[in-house]
Amino acid sequence: MMRHWLLFLAACCGLAGAISARTPAPVNDAAILDGTPRMLSEFRFFFRPRSQSSHSAIPYELRTPLYSDGADKLRFAYIPAGEQAIADGDGLLQFPVGSALIKTFAFGEGPDRRLIETRVLLHREAGWVALPYIWNDEQTDARLALAGGRIALTRPDGAEISYRIPNKNQCKQCHVKDGAVIPIGPKARNLSAEWLEQAVEWNRLDQVPDVERRIPNWQTVTDHHAEADEASGGADIDAFARGYLDVNCAHCHMPGGSASNSGLDLRWEQDDPVAYGVHKPPVAAGRGAGGLLVSIEPGAPERSILFHRMASTEPGVAMPELGKSTVDDIGLEVIRTWISAMETQ
Amino acid sequence: MIRFTFAALALSSATMAYAETHTIAPGEGAQERLQEALILAEPGDEVVLEAGRFTLTDGLSLDVDGVTVRGAGMEQSVLDFTAQAGAGEGLLVTSDEVTLRDFALENPKGDGIKSKGADNIVYHRIRVTWTNGPDASNGAYGIYPVESTGILIDGTEVSGASDAGIYVGQSSKITVRNSVATDNVAGIEIENSRDAIVTQNYVSRNTGGILVFDLPNLPVMNGGNVRVTNNLVSGNNTPNFAPEGNIVAAVPRGTGIMVMANEKVWIEGNVVHDNPTAPFAILAYTQSYNDTRYNPYPRQVVIAQNNIDGEVNDPDLPGGELLVAAFGGNLPSILWDGLNQEGAQPALAVTGDIPGWSLNLSRQSQSLAEAQPGPLNPTGSGEAWDMDGIGAPAELEARLK
Repeated sequence: MMRHWLLFLAACCGLAGAISARTPAPVNDAAILDGTPRMLSEFRFFFRPRSQSSHSAIPYELRTPLYSDGADKLRFAYIPAGEQAIADGDGLLQFPVGSALIKTFAFGEGPDRRLIETRVLLHREAGWVALPYIWNDEQTDARLALAGGRIALTRPDGAEISYRIPNKNQCKQCHVKDGAVIPIGPKARNLSAEWLEQAVEWNRLDQVPDVERRIPNWQTVTDHHAEADEASGGADIDAFARGYLDVNCAHCHMPGGSASNSGLDLRWEQDDPVAYGVHKPPVAAGRGAGGLLVSIEPGAPERSILFHRMASTEPGVAMPELGKSTVDDIGLEVIRTWISAMETQ
Repeated sequence: MIRFTFAALALSSATMAYAETHTIAPGEGAQERLQEALILAEPGDEVVLEAGRFTLTDGLSLDVDGVTVRGAGMEQSVLDFTAQAGAGEGLLVTSDEVTLRDFALENPKGDGIKSKGADNIVYHRIRVTWTNGPDASNGAYGIYPVESTGILIDGTEVSGASDAGIYVGQSSKITVRNSVATDNVAGIEIENSRDAIVTQNYVSRNTGGILVFDLPNLPVMNGGNVRVTNNLVSGNNTPNFAPEGNIVAAVPRGTGIMVMANEKVWIEGNVVHDNPTAPFAILAYTQSYNDTRYNPYPRQVVIAQNNIDGEVNDPDLPGGELLVAAFGGNLPSILWDGLNQEGAQPALAVTGDIPGWSLNLSRQSQSLAEAQPGPLNPTGSGEAWDMDGIGAPAELEARLK
């Protein structure tokens, strides 16, 4: 993470020194506050779109990211000049009006990297607004796609997938709480301590938030996939699994979320086992339940609806409902290990 | 008179100026064109679906208040989801004051139309059909409003749902009327909801006809104040094809009207024929649960005059044949588990002359194997309660015109 920041700094300095005569135009604050730009470039977040280089938006990473069919995600937070975000315990950073969160989805590395879509969350006077943009083949700009889209693509691992770009309403479906759109990702508990400290140092965050329990770094699972069981054995598996569910599921499965009616609450802070699925019968799962009786049966992932739905790609069964056409094998393995290790009663 | 006409004209032209109509034709790009119209519509606008078949690959959604989506008729404008590749339902509505009318959905992969947190919604002459008939691989719910206040479902048709055709959950002020629910596991289900009227529906060839349930561990509980009146509930004898694990998977084939938990349910004036397990079933929640807020018992369920055929001779119950023989060839029409909540109003009052039988269970979640079947002694005559103001708000009726 530190390295990321240094690179970013270097890029800025290099830029300032080499082409100071051509300082990139500042971000279009008016477009963040109002209107529906047809092209992503109108915001002027990136001075080199293809490399996703920005002079003003701060890159960040999440300790455990949301799985989106294996896409790489480039995340940026833009905070208007002279303003700062406010820390709120281990929860979401409170971004001032005029801020934007930008997330670009890409596949492939280096020169082969292909940008697919960029989703922006704009903090306006009336609240957050979500807009999806689809990149053109030339990779020079991205076009507003209110209705979303579906793209056939080949992943770097060779898998051919039908990648779904959500429509504007579907953006909200995941980002809604009690009827209002909110960001999901930048919660203090899912950001690195270094990044938060750096942001404070730069005056973009009012203080380093007090985080008692940080969501584990998913990289340690993906780096040591084979040894995941051992590496994360015992108490740790609980943190990995609950972190994963918080990041991948809880934006809908929480009170006030899109799946509130299920009664399933997968938030990190939920500590009632029934609420997060243990021995909990399904409510409106329909055939999604796959003939299983409870969301989680301790010791038996194969008899747990949660596992069953994560393992499916069939619409009407698959969870998450949106943005998933392939199974996250590593996430599934962590959940399998977690449920297997639960004590049976 | 002249002045009146002038005023009316002025009014209608004002409406014209503000409300727009977005007309969508079937054909190439229907998914994007229709979805874009649903996103760009402003409150008061109408999205019109021309006649024809719209081939869709992903779920649609509407999140703008006060929009009407209108087709050319439930046989004319068909949203075909047979090739759907994503999303949990065909159409998702998350805004208030929406009217959906005169179109159909076929073969959605998950639910048909789900409206969540969508107050004052009208479903009028909407059809949701799984064209292959009863099948466990069909979607769960056809028409599925949940967590909403003010729901009017009128003149709809749903068939083939692997859970409930018309399912209203965790909501209040509900009317389900003049609708046809066939070939589903449950025809119509009112779950964890209050102030509901289910009337003048034709409910046939389901596993169970009309269910009024209250379940634990949900954000909204304490269902009740429900009227089930003047429905035709006949021939609900389709083998249960719900995926196991869902509560309706436990509904026996041949059930007419079933109440589980809930308070104050009034059942009157229905024609309940050819439901050979239980024309009426009144039960406590059948499973064990862990939720201190939940009341598993039915309270004050009243079965008043209904038209029955008395033919209850093919029950989908363990030891069914013996039971039928023991009761002399036909089971009595009301099945009760025999459970009352201690100190509360009696579970069941029968004010008509419909005979019943009891499983005589002694505790909630007891195994049916321990039942001690016997004739039912109706427990008290019940007390009337105030049912004013239940059902969909009257102003929703205006949108049916």
